[in-house]
Amino acid sequence: MNEPFVEVKDLTIGYRNRQGQIVNVLRGVSLMMPRGGALGLVGESGSGKSTLGMALLGHLRAGSQVQAGTVRFEGVDPFALNPAELRALRGGRIALIPQNAAESLTPTMRVGDQIVEVLQFNRILVGAEARDLALELLGQVRLPQPEAMFTRYPHELSGGQQQRVAVAKALAGEPELLVLDEPTTGLDVTTQAHLLDLLAEIVARMGTAMLYISHDLGVIARVSDRVAVMYAGEIVEVAAVADIFARPAHPYTRGLLASIPRLTQVGIPKALQGQPPTPGEHGAGCSFTPRCSFADGTCETVAPTLDAAAQPGQLVRCHHWQTVAKIEFSQELQQAFHKAVHTVEPEPVVELAGVDIAYTRRGLIQRLRGLPEPPATVSDITLTVHKGETLALVGESGSGKTTIVRTIAGLLLPRMGSLKFKEYDLNVGVDRRPLELRQQIQLIFQNPDASLNPRHTVAEILDQPLRLYFNLSRSERRERSIELLERVRLGPHYRLRYPGQLSGGEKQRVAIARAFAAEPQLVLCDEVTSALDVSVQAAVLDLLAELQAERGVTYIFIAHDLALVHAFADRVAVLYQGRLCEVGSTDEIYTPPHHPYTETLLAAAPRPVPGLRPHMLGSDVPELAPPPRGCPFQRRCPRRIGSICDEEAPPWRVPVEGHMIRCHIPLDELETAQVSAAEHLIPLESLSSSVSSN
Amino acid sequence: MAVVAPASEKPAPIRRRSRLSETWLYMRQSKSGMLGLTILVFHILIALSSPLIVPFDPTEISASLKNLSPSGEHLFGTDQFGRDVFTRVLLGGRIALAITLTATVMAVTWGGTLGILLGFLGGRIDEAVMRVVDALLAAPYILFLLLIVSALGSSNRVLIFTLGFFYGIAVVRVARAATLDFVARDFITAARARGERRMTIVLRELLPNVMDILLVEFAMRWSWMLLAFSSLSFLGFGVSPPTPDWGLMIAESRKALQFAPWTAIFPMIALGTLVIGINLAADAVAKALGLDRTQGAPV
Repeated sequence: MNEPFVEVKDLTIGYRNRQGQIVNVLRGVSLMMPRGGALGLVGESGSGKSTLGMALLGHLRAGSQVQAGTVRFEGVDPFALNPAELRALRGGRIALIPQNAAESLTPTMRVGDQIVEVLQFNRILVGAEARDLALELLGQVRLPQPEAMFTRYPHELSGGQQQRVAVAKALAGEPELLVLDEPTTGLDVTTQAHLLDLLAEIVARMGTAMLYISHDLGVIARVSDRVAVMYAGEIVEVAAVADIFARPAHPYTRGLLASIPRLTQVGIPKALQGQPPTPGEHGAGCSFTPRCSFADGTCETVAPTLDAAAQPGQLVRCHHWQTVAKIEFSQELQQAFHKAVHTVEPEPVVELAGVDIAYTRRGLIQRLRGLPEPPATVSDITLTVHKGETLALVGESGSGKTTIVRTIAGLLLPRMGSLKFKEYDLNVGVDRRPLELRQQIQLIFQNPDASLNPRHTVAEILDQPLRLYFNLSRSERRERSIELLERVRLGPHYRLRYPGQLSGGEKQRVAIARAFAAEPQLVLCDEVTSALDVSVQAAVLDLLAELQAERGVTYIFIAHDLALVHAFADRVAVLYQGRLCEVGSTDEIYTPPHHPYTETLLAAAPRPVPGLRPHMLGSDVPELAPPPRGCPFQRRCPRRIGSICDEEAPPWRVPVEGHMIRCHIPLDELETAQVSAAEHLIPLESLSSSVSSN
Repeated sequence: MAVVAPASEKPAPIRRRSRLSETWLYMRQSKSGMLGLTILVFHILIALSSPLIVPFDPTEISASLKNLSPSGEHLFGTDQFGRDVFTRVLLGGRIALAITLTATVMAVTWGGTLGILLGFLGGRIDEAVMRVVDALLAAPYILFLLLIVSALGSSNRVLIFTLGFFYGIAVVRVARAATLDFVARDFITAARARGERRMTIVLRELLPNVMDILLVEFAMRWSWMLLAFSSLSFLGFGVSPPTPDWGLMIAESRKALQFAPWTAIFPMIALGTLVIGINLAADAVAKALGLDRTQGAPV
């Protein structure tokens, strides 16, 4: 037992590229984990964090090889094991919880049987015994009605439930170490909060060690006790979770922390300049040099080593960490946020009144039998957006945000109600809208990989709106596209590239340039930053804010990240199951009284502050359809008052002009209850005072 | 040599290559692909130049030179009419290549366009047309071909149109399936939201993405069609004697297989190598065009 639990020493993993050179994805990574520890591994995409996690399981991506260094799990080298021993190690002593449970569960097998299979494989439990234990495990991951769940197939479960089954499956082998590779990415915030809570509890009870890989610092703050920050295949900083978030010593950690939007701060966070090097393209010195404001000649030529820093147990890979650490981080953070200034005019641009949108219609037979119309996907939406304003639509997946935006864009038709854009009627599909109307409304999508044609160069992509909407000559179009590229801070030389040759942030800039090529009045942004790394997110928000200030465009901005909305929006509309819950200015939404659903979302949002535990509200079971009567949120509401919620549609309550909450609970009651509930959340100011008192 | 990555706003050192040269680069790594391509090019060169280089008149009959085995003068020997087999083998691919190439271009063009259009439009039109396509696919080609050729005669034009039509049916399916992969992507939604015309979406947005699959389909169909054309000739419905053609030569000389095997074997080798060459090249093109490559992923 003298062997350390997990020890990674100078691990270098690389693959040979087509030119025959070895490209290292991991470079000299050293890491120790104690039994029962929870290590968070953070980094941007491509930083090598998943490669490291998989290396603990003795797995390498096809074509990769361990170039140097060792991995030891209680003295055992997983790379030296034969296949049979490796099988016993994986799933037995080390288990993996992957990002996408839907893909990791076998679609043709009942979930209970999948767990029984693991039990039989690892512990030779058979028959009824294995079944009983599987049921117990399903109960432990807090799945309702384990007996019923046991016989379900994965597709019959929601995303959160699938992830719980994956957790149960991983726990079945009674592992000593869990490797979690972004297990909550892609889940709704409420589901994520519940799952993180569950993981924390299980780890505490069973003494399982956890390697938690994530790009989301808010999640990392919640689950880990130590954090390792990775950059370009190296660990640049390791420290206790409190130190990482309050006293980061590496400029990269600081930049990363400063780039996350925070619920407690208004304004857009500071973007981290530049982008990480692609594997194998870093220089001889510190790989962060090109993006670092502290860099000097030494950084370019001499690679820093991972040395002890100020705090006990803190290691940092930087020549100038002492200079960096001298700057009080909480103050740096305060200055990192800036509010985008733009003018909002009272003139309404978009007006929705009583809009219902449905995907399904009654068939002929249902109509003949006199069956009622099924409840609409989106119902009774009344909203006004003013010129130059940013309206955020907020809600979990399935709340109808995208449906509303697509209806405004003319891709869907409403079933009822009226939609207006300035003097134009929007109740017609895009095919029948006049050209000048189509030109004035533009869409930007969530994932630029999907929204840019992979076979078109950037020039061709930008050419399309220019050709469609304006009567320009070839050379004029060329000039315009160069102007646009420069406006989104990409040089003219980007014109000849294909989307596949651009980074995520660059692609989204091209998508923004394409939307603005049409010189629109209204831009519909559908989760435009959620596919991007945090460090890039802020830069894209900055760009959108600048364009708005410059051209006075109106944004309808879909987001699920409430901190991001806080950074960017003027007004917010909170949607649940296609119904409006609350509408108001950003300040009004983020301070009590809230609608109970807004409160649930706010409470569940992960925050990059360690030591905060969300107060869990309601259940995290998503609903497939809105209830036929009463309040749409009745089944999950933490503040349900009784049968009135099930029977009667709640009234709109108006605390101040322009702020509306749709709830049966009187406003003063809501406010009192919510102020006390929010008390234990530490705001940023008190965090800084606790830092200086140390 | 390590290269320092620049800050984002400055140009990143990206090697710019066109898609064609990129594909060629991958293609060159495949040994079998290069072999296939070499065979194919060799056949095409011969087809183009054979009238100028053949040593004899392909239709000259001589009773005294009947069934001579291969020698210095007659490299591949002579057939039952005393014609030089070498000359006829060199010339025998010309008509087959010309007709099948034209017909394949036709098949992929109409099949591809219809397939993309159906995939994009969807709905009832798609459903109706696809059922007709299924019905046609269920019927054996060669019977249809024989029926039409015997009714309309075996002029080149008839052959090209019938082959082009029947081999396009399968392309409809393939092109439609490939299109369905893309119609739900956001860049198509974006084009719709801009209000682009349908034909613009089909030709500018969808076609470049489906082109890969069509290209591979082209090569596969071509090799199948060569076999079908030779089968027709073999059965006496294709090229009429005494024009030299591989299928016809094999048919005529199969009786002589026991005592003059060269008369059948050399046209067989010629036809076989051409079909194998096209197939090998097609496989390599398919691999070189793999979609992951367009996304710039390291492979």
